[in-house]
Amino acid sequence: MAAVAIGGVWKYYGDYPALRDITFDVEAGSCIALLGRNGAGKTTLLKIIAGLSRAAKGKIQILNGDARTRAVRRRIGLLGHGIGVYEELSARENLEFFARLQEAPDPRKTAAEWLERTGLSISRDTLVREFSRGMRQRLAVGRAFLHDPELLLLDEPFTALDDRAIELLQNLLSAARARGATIIMSTHQLREALELASGVVLINRGSVGYHGPRTAEMLADPGWLYRHYGEA
Amino acid sequence: MRVLNAAWVVARKDLRAELRTKETLNASLSFALVILLLFSFILDPDSQTMRAMSGGLLWLVFMFAGALILNRSFARELPNDCLEALIASPASGAELFLGKCVASFILLLVVEVICLPVFGIFYNVRWTRQTGLLIAVLLLGGWALTVIGTLFSALTVNLRLRELMLPTLIYPFLVPALMAAIQLTNVLIGGDTLERDDYIWFRVLIGFDVIFSLLGLALAESVFVG
Repeated sequence: MAAVAIGGVWKYYGDYPALRDITFDVEAGSCIALLGRNGAGKTTLLKIIAGLSRAAKGKIQILNGDARTRAVRRRIGLLGHGIGVYEELSARENLEFFARLQEAPDPRKTAAEWLERTGLSISRDTLVREFSRGMRQRLAVGRAFLHDPELLLLDEPFTALDDRAIELLQNLLSAARARGATIIMSTHQLREALELASGVVLINRGSVGYHGPRTAEMLADPGWLYRHYGEA
Repeated sequence: MRVLNAAWVVARKDLRAELRTKETLNASLSFALVILLLFSFILDPDSQTMRAMSGGLLWLVFMFAGALILNRSFARELPNDCLEALIASPASGAELFLGKCVASFILLLVVEVICLPVFGIFYNVRWTRQTGLLIAVLLLGGWALTVIGTLFSALTVNLRLRELMLPTLIYPFLVPALMAAIQLTNVLIGGDTLERDDYIWFRVLIGFDVIFSLLGLALAESVFVG
């Protein structure tokens, strides 16, 4: 069963087609590495899947529904380019706020659990503006995962993370895969992504260059995919 | 109930952040008080003309101070891409819009409550003669400014010149509500009894608030997602 079904999706910025006839399905429980060079359209595609932007043409089904319905959004976790947490609020207030928006049964308990899991319990009442970069990143990871989403959309998740945040994210992604969550992550870090991924989608200038399983060749030589299916 | 709960969660977050920094409140309040002070040097508080235009002056102050509050409404979501996280959450566009409106409205009311006595002192105006009705006008006029301002604040949040664009866009839309609020404030501050004709302005304000609130709620999702 497809967790994400994308059929003939186009997106324009002005006259420029950022996405051209994108078509692929993502099976439930799989982990897809969304690859492509800068400006290929990975972030645009992730935004459309997350319901943050609308496609100009084409059909898109997320978890058998529309990404803008409340029921579907409750099942999506998004970790975008920005960390998506408020500087003027404490770590606890940030997580409680997002837990309330996610309609968690006990937002305080959920926030406390995720502060513990992200190693931020000791700084729970410290304002985010006083956090180090690594602490902010761990808080952002907690924000994206706190409602145990069925579909995780991660945009360059490993970029600029410190060691602790990378370890946390890898553990959470492994746990998410173990419970059957679907993961789509765009990245430039081929080795980390390909180790986690079960499938690969390569985007070349807004079009799908490759869509299929992650193969042994890709794992042995991350540049193989670009040489064989990348833009000329 | 769910809509109100989610809206209150958003509003409470905005108010909590504002109470920590006080940047919007300090800016709008000091701006409003400076305008009131400067105009008090220009206008003779004892003149009949002054009494006739006092409502207009008061509402211009609220409009300018309100624009500063409304500019920050969505701009505070820009650092760290918080707006993306907010739109990706299960809260609907209408809930986010309502929450933002409530937070801005409360901040605007704080400005109004502080400016009114100052206005009374500087301009020698006894504004307490019909307090109940005056409060109703401040609430209705304030909400009119808030709904229009919040909608356009969401539309202009990604523009480089949003501080300039927001007032330019909202003031023309606000003309009917502004006229009604000024007329009613003039009568109430002047100590006159509201005539039958004056109640038309109340109806204009209420109608304006209802229509633009519904319009804002209906359009919010399209405004956020595009």
